[in-house]
Amino acid sequence: MNALEAINLSKTYSATDGFFIKNKKNIRAVNDISFTLKENQTLGIVGESGCGKSTLARMLVGLLEPTSGTINLQDKNINQYQRQELGRVIQYVFQDPLSSLNPRKTIYQSLAAPLKYLHQHDHTQIKEKMLSIMSEVGLKEEFLDRYPHEFSGGQAQRIGIARALLADAKILILDEPVSALDVSIQSQVLNLLNDLKRKFHLSFIVISHDLAVVENISDEIAVMYFGDIVEHNSSQKIFQSPHHPYTELLVGSVPTLNKQFADIQTKHTELPDPANPPSGCSFYSRCNYRSDKCQNNKTPINSAQKTPFVSCFHPL
Amino acid sequence: MIDFLKIVAKNRLAAFGGILLLIIITLSILAPILPLKEPNITNTADRFMVPFEGGHILGTDHLGRDLLSRLLWGTQLSLAVGFAAAFIAATFGSILGAIAGFYGQKTDNIIMRFIDMLMAFPYILLALAIVAALGPGLFNALIAVALVNIPFFARNIRGVTVTLANKEFIEAARLSGMSNFRILIVEIFPNLLPMIVIAMSTTVGWMILETAGLSFLGLGSQPPQADLGSMLGEARSALITNPHTSFVPGIMIFCIVMGINLFGDGVRDALDPRLKKGSLIRPLPQTIYEGGDTQPQPSTKLLSVQNLSTQFHVNQDIYQSSNDVSFEIQEGECLGLIGESGSGKSVTALSITSLVASPPGVIKKGSVNYKNQNLLALPYEELRSIRGNKISYIFQDPLTTLHPLHTIGDQLLEALQAHDSELSASESISKSKELLKSVQIPNPDNLWDVYPHQLSGGMRQRVCIAMALINDPELIIADEPTTALDVTVQAQILNILNSLRKERKLSILFISHDFGVISQLCDRVIVMYAGSIVEEGPVKNIMQQAAHPYTSELIKCVPQLGNKEHALYSIPGNPPSLNQLPEGCAFANRCKYKQDQCLKESVPVSSKDNRSYKCFYPVGGVA
Ligand SMILES: Nc1ncnc2c1ncn2[C@@H]1O[C@H](COP(=O)(O)OP(=O)(O)OP(=O)(O)O)[C@@H](O)[C@H]1O
Ligand code: SF4
Ligand code: SF4
Ligand SMILES: [Mg+2]
Repeated sequence: MNALEAINLSKTYSATDGFFIKNKKNIRAVNDISFTLKENQTLGIVGESGCGKSTLARMLVGLLEPTSGTINLQDKNINQYQRQELGRVIQYVFQDPLSSLNPRKTIYQSLAAPLKYLHQHDHTQIKEKMLSIMSEVGLKEEFLDRYPHEFSGGQAQRIGIARALLADAKILILDEPVSALDVSIQSQVLNLLNDLKRKFHLSFIVISHDLAVVENISDEIAVMYFGDIVEHNSSQKIFQSPHHPYTELLVGSVPTLNKQFADIQTKHTELPDPANPPSGCSFYSRCNYRSDKCQNNKTPINSAQKTPFVSCFHPL
Repeated sequence: MIDFLKIVAKNRLAAFGGILLLIIITLSILAPILPLKEPNITNTADRFMVPFEGGHILGTDHLGRDLLSRLLWGTQLSLAVGFAAAFIAATFGSILGAIAGFYGQKTDNIIMRFIDMLMAFPYILLALAIVAALGPGLFNALIAVALVNIPFFARNIRGVTVTLANKEFIEAARLSGMSNFRILIVEIFPNLLPMIVIAMSTTVGWMILETAGLSFLGLGSQPPQADLGSMLGEARSALITNPHTSFVPGIMIFCIVMGINLFGDGVRDALDPRLKKGSLIRPLPQTIYEGGDTQPQPSTKLLSVQNLSTQFHVNQDIYQSSNDVSFEIQEGECLGLIGESGSGKSVTALSITSLVASPPGVIKKGSVNYKNQNLLALPYEELRSIRGNKISYIFQDPLTTLHPLHTIGDQLLEALQAHDSELSASESISKSKELLKSVQIPNPDNLWDVYPHQLSGGMRQRVCIAMALINDPELIIADEPTTALDVTVQAQILNILNSLRKERKLSILFISHDFGVISQLCDRVIVMYAGSIVEEGPVKNIMQQAAHPYTSELIKCVPQLGNKEHALYSIPGNPPSLNQLPEGCAFANRCKYKQDQCLKESVPVSSKDNRSYKCFYPVGGVA
């Protein structure tokens, strides 16, 4: 069974959404992407800011309606789930751990919500379950009466993870789970996630702009650029031998311990205008390997959801 | 609550308003038990007595009724009606606003159209129309006043609700299976409450005035019962002959409204979270320096920071953010400064030109030797010619440097001319464009008329670098300039900084928490932990073999790309709080090599060749 399946998923923010009322444009955020997440696996999604990562994540947990395409969770269409049923299947760990906690509620109140409303537990059950999960993620019992502003970033992130675990959902979407943390603490949280995954048989989708984080925690990785998945491969291979020119550029840009300023691309880095997407490959303007074919032809999409996949006419 | 009242009481006017209000309310509540004459008993023989005549402290009115008694009863009535109207308006207005803001779309449209309709009529006209329709009477006046004030609440609360509804904790509540209605009650309402209280405090005064207005016109309270408005109305005909009958209710209305408004302002200010954090206190242009006329040691380097200690005094606590920090930067050198969040990197960097917010910041001791003068002790005028000119800054968030309402071109021109007023207009334009080109913006013309928010993060940061270059600085202090940027953009910014440094012989102090970035750009690096420098040396040597246990752990934490088997590493534990630094080594609670000595004695700095470290038992045989 697949934990999660996305088929030809697209999201276009239309002119009536939000504040683009004046200019009647369609803003393309996610463009016809497909992938599967197998059970007990971690799928990493990397891409730079504005490439549609968070839009994708919010569609997957039902916070945002796709413009077109299908999402199946445990082989059942997401639209067939009631809100509470959905909460028991898939959960979301927010990018900013502090802003995902109500500032006027104690940690106990925030953590009790999923147990109360998703599982109808009574008070003693709630307390029992809560304490066991809290010790699992390394939080102390005395934290329960405190308010969010009394926590450090790392602690707040653990609270967010605890809340997702308390829902007892088997699929977790983690949006930039460690980007708010110091490196010395990042790995504590990543290691914790890996342990929890094994222990509770979870499946993860980890979204991040940090290639090293994603490589470390994922089994498979999809690289997004401008709303498309441009490459999808196993985490062992994708950054070791990139096949898409954009993946290659990403890998080349990461500052590592022993690299010099040699082949860093200094051409402009602007993304194309999302209200006016290019007709061919969206990476065309930045690509060193482009040909005429790339300018006007749509690059392939991964409808068959196979890996490895490269959306390029001249893969490396 | 007590604290809150203390804050309000600090504002003298608010305290005055509060006390005035308290007296008035107490007196009016006590009206039934005070030894007052009957308010409604007429005695035409005693009409129009002036104050203190015939045992009437405030005199009598045109029917010979005791004014003091009528005043207190009338005040009671006016206050009750005003507060009731405010309460009703707040309740219904807030419910409407919260529903509109939370559910949005059609619901929002319908409710807000209705509200707009109400607002289309002039205020008092609408109230008059409502009373006219319902018939005169105090209760109807109350309804009318409440109704006209509903839009004010609805609009304000809707705005706040929309912001709240888009917060992540609301989405988290949805995912926890809460129904929309429950989210509205349990998650949103508690956050709205302070706003509702604030809105009420601003409107109660008005509502009392409005009710009085209606009563004045004879549409509110009906005789013989009287509120302040109708007392004023009845006294109108005798305004010239017996002015005291008008003055008595008039002054009371004035006192009530003034009391409420003064107190309300105080409450609002006290609720403003910025006040609590003390940020409404304007910081000094220059950090307080307690080092007196410390003479810096002579130095051949461009800049030499010597024994710098910067503290923050917050309430009773002293935070040691920068603790006896010393380092030097050579001409053309790029020095990295690395450390965890809160380790004092920014405070150290800002201290160099006395930019640390003060209060609460204080530079306790130390000196900064720049051209054989102590920057910290310079008078403000002299400091200004160096800060931002010869030593300039680039920050993590370019939007804090750029003015949101001016175009890029204007900002560059202004900055150029502020520093060199002799520059002609055309010279400045060509010089600014050159600067933009030097940060690899190929087409400066395209950028000229653009506002900062229209640019991507990478472009904005380039503009900030261009601004920092305006006065041919000798030193640029870059505080995490690429942390908010994507990797490909980061690579370009680093590239720009690197080539600028080579072309212009610039020195750079580059702050980062990323060893990868530092190792790419910098020659030497200093490592900070809990406010102190724990290690210093050439990047290459330190990367090969760190001396301090913290540095070596930190390097192990750097993830390596393309090597999945490389296990993730983390340092157990957390750094100590800067207000409770231990006596011995600050890293001891996380250190694998600690001995008894580390806990008891303060750790000296040891140097060898071109490296130094602050540890009793350095690792890797560096000692
Ligand atoms: N205005 C201030 N008032 C009180 N304390 C402050 C103030 N500014 C900084 N501090 C304290 O000084 C210490 C060092 O802060 P600093 O900003 O230098 O850290 P940093 O190393 O730059 O961290 P980051 O990596 O998060 O930027 C922190 O504990 C912080 O709480
Ligand atoms: S399709 Fe062409 S332009 Fe696009 S990435 Fe591949 S080679 Fe480059
Ligand atoms: S002084 Fe002691 S505790 Fe501190 S880092 Fe060195 S060995 Fe560890
Ligand atoms: Mg900082």
